[in-house]
Amino acid sequence: MKELKLMKGNEAFAEGTIRAGADAYFGYPITPQSEVLEYLMAVRPYETTGMVVLQAESEIAAINMVYGGASCGKRVLTSSSSPGISLKQEGISYLAGAELPCIILNVVRGGPGLGTIQPSQSDYFQSVKGGGHGDYKCIVLAPSSVQEMYDFPKLGFELAFKYRNPVLILSDGIIGQMMEKVYLDEPTPRWSEEEVIKNSPWATTGKVVDRERNIITSLILEASIQEKHVIKLYEKYKVIEENEIRYETFQCEDAEYLFVAYGSSARICQKAVQILREKGIKAGLLRPITLLPYPKKAINDLSKQIKSIVVVEMSMGQMVEDVMLAVECKIPVNHYGRTGGVIPSPKEVADFMMQKIKGE
Amino acid sequence: MQISTKDIIKPENLVYTKTKLLTDTPLSYCPGCGHGTANRIVMEVLDEMGVQDKTIGIAPVGCSVLAYNFMNVDMIQAAHGRAPAVATAVKRVFPDKFVFTYQGDGDLAAIGTAETIHACNRGENITIIFVNNGIYGMTGGQMAPTTLPNMKSSTSPYGRDVEIMGHPLRITELVAQLPGTYFVSRQAVHTPAAVRKAKKAVRKAFENQKLNKGLSFVEIVSNCNSGWKMTPNDSNKWMEENMFPAYPLGDIKVPKDENI
Repeated sequence: MKELKLMKGNEAFAEGTIRAGADAYFGYPITPQSEVLEYLMAVRPYETTGMVVLQAESEIAAINMVYGGASCGKRVLTSSSSPGISLKQEGISYLAGAELPCIILNVVRGGPGLGTIQPSQSDYFQSVKGGGHGDYKCIVLAPSSVQEMYDFPKLGFELAFKYRNPVLILSDGIIGQMMEKVYLDEPTPRWSEEEVIKNSPWATTGKVVDRERNIITSLILEASIQEKHVIKLYEKYKVIEENEIRYETFQCEDAEYLFVAYGSSARICQKAVQILREKGIKAGLLRPITLLPYPKKAINDLSKQIKSIVVVEMSMGQMVEDVMLAVECKIPVNHYGRTGGVIPSPKEVADFMMQKIKGE
Repeated sequence: MQISTKDIIKPENLVYTKTKLLTDTPLSYCPGCGHGTANRIVMEVLDEMGVQDKTIGIAPVGCSVLAYNFMNVDMIQAAHGRAPAVATAVKRVFPDKFVFTYQGDGDLAAIGTAETIHACNRGENITIIFVNNGIYGMTGGQMAPTTLPNMKSSTSPYGRDVEIMGHPLRITELVAQLPGTYFVSRQAVHTPAAVRKAKKAVRKAFENQKLNKGLSFVEIVSNCNSGWKMTPNDSNKWMEENMFPAYPLGDIKVPKDENI
């Protein structure tokens, strides 16, 4: 029997990390995600599960603490919002280079610069096209409900350790702040030191006589070896693409017109589909759950039955580029975006699709 | 009877051997530089304490970026300046391990100032080994936070003009003021006597960690004969005459309950 609770997205995430068996959280306050750290400090999991919770002196320190904890084979994470995530990019690049598993939550707010504290989806490019320096990719999960904010720490750790890769959870200010009912499952226990050593034999757990010392580094000075390392990373990303694509469709069976949207925008589009269906328009929605790997094939397959696509994002148009690549210019792809913290209404999204259908 | 070298090299005549906590990898430090000795005494202490299997070291960015090739313990190479943050997490998730950072002055006292001060202020139960040679050695001799007034470097080619470039930062005196530091000492490794003293301080720093006393911070003032563009001997003499007056050797913060 699962426990049912009414929670904020940020709180559900925090509770999800404890119940996912996390070993440590390192955070720094920034709106609209400070409830993650506040919740953990109030709940004090270090007294129950032994999970470390520490407020760092900066986002930079926090991500480097994640680097340290992840080097030890522990389940560690951090969270922040857009400007703070920009500060973390150096650390994320190091984590990816050294192939360290961890979770980084971004509760996105409008930018650029200090921007606004209102919700936005303008960090898509930063999340899926790089962010930090060098050839690397993170696995990117996009929750669209408070339930998924709770569920994704567990899923995130599974993927992070399966592939030894950082996992970004790309949320936004709506999902972080809104309250919904959440089903809480039974807690996963933290790993014992024996389990850590067994699960992550590469980790710095102390050099014992029967193994060589473990070294965590992203420094490879010899160019040909660095190239081999990057190629190895990209072979891993290929496997991730083959196995880990996740998406959800809504009323796509007979759809002639398709919305593609993630996170909060997908929730808005779901309502817009209903509005359009009431008017006799066969609209549907595809919601990518993994933004990296991206559900290219699913969108391409659907494009065979679809007349045109509207991509809805709270940005000036970022994910729309991946949808255009996915459909290979076979059908028109339009973009509807609000930005700077403005949230589109289902009606304006439905109206926009209607205009496009009428050829306006 | 004539004695050959073979007769001399016998186990019973052996007075010194390289600690097994140093690997056989040739050191990448310039000949004459103090880093090699500093690496050695840290590893000797850990060997003598018998804690190889419980030790996790954090290497910085700088001349000792490759310390993990020489130190035969589990090592993490950190981003520039972030070693104290990395070490904080390692110690927090593994409270029973011996955790140390090994950092230079650019890493610890410029780009990593915030991480250094806050790890010290939180009283993280770790050991920080800080090698101060007053210059960025790895990148080719640029001005460091600890470069002395009027001292020449590739980015202060006419000497450090404190009016324009600011004053050298005595970060060791600074961290000694923080409640979280338990033991703060400044040493050198340019003479056998200095090496013995430095090793004693390093030993103390790790013993404190074993006793959960808080943060121990050992600065080692070192030469950089390449960066200073001197012979090793001249650089050591210059260090005694110029670095030591600015960075006086000795214990800076000693626990009240102890006599060292």
